[in-house]
Amino acid sequence: MWKWLHPYAKPEKSYQLAGKLLPWFVVVTVITFVVGLVWGLLFAPADYQQGDSFRIIYIHVPAAMMAMAAYSTMAIAAFIALVWQIRLAEMNIAAIAPVGAVFTFIALVTGAAWGKPMWGAWWVWDARLTSELILLFVYLGIIALYNAFSDKVLAGRAASILTLVGVINLPVIHYSVVWWNTLHQGATIMKFDKPSMAPEMLWPLMIMIVGFAAFLGSVSLLRFRNEILARESHRPWVSALVTDKLSGEK
Amino acid sequence: MAFESISDFIAMGGYGFYVWLSYGLTFLALIILVVNSIAKKNKILKNVEQRLSREQRIKKAQNMEGTL
Repeated sequence: MWKWLHPYAKPEKSYQLAGKLLPWFVVVTVITFVVGLVWGLLFAPADYQQGDSFRIIYIHVPAAMMAMAAYSTMAIAAFIALVWQIRLAEMNIAAIAPVGAVFTFIALVTGAAWGKPMWGAWWVWDARLTSELILLFVYLGIIALYNAFSDKVLAGRAASILTLVGVINLPVIHYSVVWWNTLHQGATIMKFDKPSMAPEMLWPLMIMIVGFAAFLGSVSLLRFRNEILARESHRPWVSALVTDKLSGEK
Repeated sequence: MAFESISDFIAMGGYGFYVWLSYGLTFLALIILVVNSIAKKNKILKNVEQRLSREQRIKKAQNMEGTL
């Protein structure tokens, strides 16, 4: 029943599939970013307490959420890579990690720029902020470790192990606002209750979350293809790809 | 629309600096990531291209040796 999946364990097939999916992800990214940003920046009403500073939410929350979603995806891939020794899963980790790191960086920077006017400080050593900073370091650690080995089999295994170790940070980030007294506000959307946000503010946020997810998908697919090409660069199919491209240009 | 004029929009109710700082850095980071990803692909393809042409040159030189 699931046999149709088997060919995709072959790097060449995966490369082609990723190439077919990529344009769709890019289209969704562009549409949701345009709609979400115009709606969020121009049409959503100002917050009754925070005024227009709350508009930072439209990049802060999607970036933070997708930074964690990216990590979860990497963790699943790491498990698959370690248990079933599937090389493509390792390439998947290497492809997603830089996107996750950039999203975490965005969450931290936009959080700082939001914290300054609202809390009066760019940074506080608060549980949510600190655990998010650790997430950034874990991401950078995974990227550095993967690049530290020229033997990519070893690199993939080491990065997978570090990815699995870092999973412990995810529940800490999510529950940090519950477990400790913190300046950061509690969950607004991801809770077992109705979201505590007016729909005209919530809609653009949802659209931006989809947009960041699609961006994560787009760049991950792009980098996943890069990883396959780099590791398979001596295979005939890559040579054929390059010669085809060259004859196409002439 | 939530704003009366363009200057109103840029001012963001007095929070303009923080809002535009956030959006500016966000899109700067996203653009750098995309540019880096595309550049990486071109570099890999270029390396393969160079290797292929080198292999071809070596093959050609070897054929020449036989004829001389």
